[in-house]
Amino acid sequence: MLYRETGQFKTTYRADQAIFPILQDKIGVLAILAFAVFVVPFAADNYLLETILVPVLVFSLAAIGLNILTGYCGQLSLGTGGFMACGAFFSYKLATAFPDLNLILVFLLAGLGTSVVGVLFGLPSLRIKGFYLAVATLAAQFFLIWVFNKFGWWTNDSPSGVISAPPREVLGFVVTSSEAHPISKYLFLVVLVAVLALVAKNLVRSRIGRSWMAIRDMDIAAEIIGIRPLVAKLSAFAVSSFYIGIAGGLWAFIYTGSVEALAFQIDRSFQVLFMVILGGLGSILGSFLGAIFIVLLPIALNVTMLAIDPTFSVALVSDMEFMLFGALIIFFLIVEPHGLARLWQIGKEKLRLWPFPY
Amino acid sequence: MVTAPRVFNEVLLEVRRISLSFGGVKALTDISFDIRKGEIRAIIGPNGAGKTSMLNVINGFYHPQEGEVIFKGETRRAMRPHKAAKQGIARTFQNVALFKGMSTLDNIMTGRLLKMRSNVLLQALYWGPNEREEIEHRAFCEEIIDFLEIQAIRKTPVGKLPYGLQKRVELARALAMEPELLLLDEPMAGMNVEEKEDMSRFILDVNDHFGTTIALIEHDMGVVMDLSDRVVVLDYGRKLADGTPDEVRSNQEVVDAYLGVAH
Repeated sequence: MLYRETGQFKTTYRADQAIFPILQDKIGVLAILAFAVFVVPFAADNYLLETILVPVLVFSLAAIGLNILTGYCGQLSLGTGGFMACGAFFSYKLATAFPDLNLILVFLLAGLGTSVVGVLFGLPSLRIKGFYLAVATLAAQFFLIWVFNKFGWWTNDSPSGVISAPPREVLGFVVTSSEAHPISKYLFLVVLVAVLALVAKNLVRSRIGRSWMAIRDMDIAAEIIGIRPLVAKLSAFAVSSFYIGIAGGLWAFIYTGSVEALAFQIDRSFQVLFMVILGGLGSILGSFLGAIFIVLLPIALNVTMLAIDPTFSVALVSDMEFMLFGALIIFFLIVEPHGLARLWQIGKEKLRLWPFPY
Repeated sequence: MVTAPRVFNEVLLEVRRISLSFGGVKALTDISFDIRKGEIRAIIGPNGAGKTSMLNVINGFYHPQEGEVIFKGETRRAMRPHKAAKQGIARTFQNVALFKGMSTLDNIMTGRLLKMRSNVLLQALYWGPNEREEIEHRAFCEEIIDFLEIQAIRKTPVGKLPYGLQKRVELARALAMEPELLLLDEPMAGMNVEEKEDMSRFILDVNDHFGTTIALIEHDMGVVMDLSDRVVVLDYGRKLADGTPDEVRSNQEVVDAYLGVAH
């Protein structure tokens, strides 16, 4: 009854092409944003902010990045971790080499640097597809981590290979390093991620987004229509790597504060890939849902298992986590390949009719 | 019905002595014909005659070993399909080649891709010129949607549509490119009589309304003879005959090879 678009007539194409054409969606998203900005920072404690909300936001951004490449453009990539490392180390080098550079600029430049790397490793996609491309991006993953491990220049010759984020301010609040207050970290992330998500949504509903989806769905027909596969695929790699690079920078600077290259190994790539698969391929909302789900699942599992029996060992809990992940991935791939976002959509469609049968 | 045969003089596309082979298999041998501006040109022939290969040569998928394609007075030998699209050649496929994950409207909007100009930054902001451009092209697509009578399915993902409608959406997408030459590869394959009648009407309307030159491959002889101004017949990669439907129908070689020898 509540979620119904009946009576919401569009009289202009402008209104029909709006980002949230249904009134309830618009109100809902604005309400969530307002809640996230005005209520959460004051209601949530530091644990909730630092161990749940901050990583959710960082992962959401990485998942949006991978979703653009894999979900929208259909190019399977296992190099996410490597590109996140690029973003992290580029941010570090920029921030330490130019201490006066605005932090937002640092992240944007690091993102741009990562897109260049992404385009380079995306070049094989012009010739190979599917699993073969996944293997090629795997090369990127291992190569990049090796580079950041091998050359001390990237870490300013830190003996342990660990980089620590220098404290940097945005609008007078410290948001990076351990000096930052969780609330300022969180608010900075919320705003940045919301803006970047909006940009991603705009891209996928514009010309460039349609050219990505055309390449994904049928590359031969796309070429017939005048889409140049080279441009479409490489632009997807560029935009995707831009997002993933920024996410890597945020990971190092805001989430953990100090990080080494090994934090971005292949596990990280899989983690983000699972978020995209579970959340929903080809959906910006799904990227958020997937990130929330994968960050929360281990925590929720831990809490429930210890609630059932406090004597469960840590090893058992972490094994359970792996088993549950595996089962869930298989479940989603078989039952709902479009992930949580699709379930949400089905729910909405049901809600449009409810409580009537049709 | 058409009373007098329509006459066309300006040549839009000419294929000259095209030969194409894959390894030892000769798909096309020494084929020449032209397509004139404004006409409906049919390419017919038994299975494996090389009809689809011919279309693939015209729009740049295959590069013939010999011969040349002259489009709008410009000769070319090797060209990528997206360049052909830019020059104004659109096509549909024998087995529907739509973007399954996208809605009908988005599919048709991709057809406008070459006409859109705004840069990536504007698209990222979805603001000003980009929004105006999107609305402008949306309006054009809606005209095509009205023209092909698919208003009710504009927001439906094309994967969910029945076959006949998918074929129509594919035609809509090709029309959105505002092509000068439209290649239709078996637009009526697998359709029932009503759907064929609809599709025939749309093809005639497109030709009439937009002045689009059409080259079509079709197996239904009734449709071919009724729709087309001129027919070229291929068999085993060679050209058997070329002329008006009446000429082709009375050509003994065509009757023997294609329509069957009377026993």
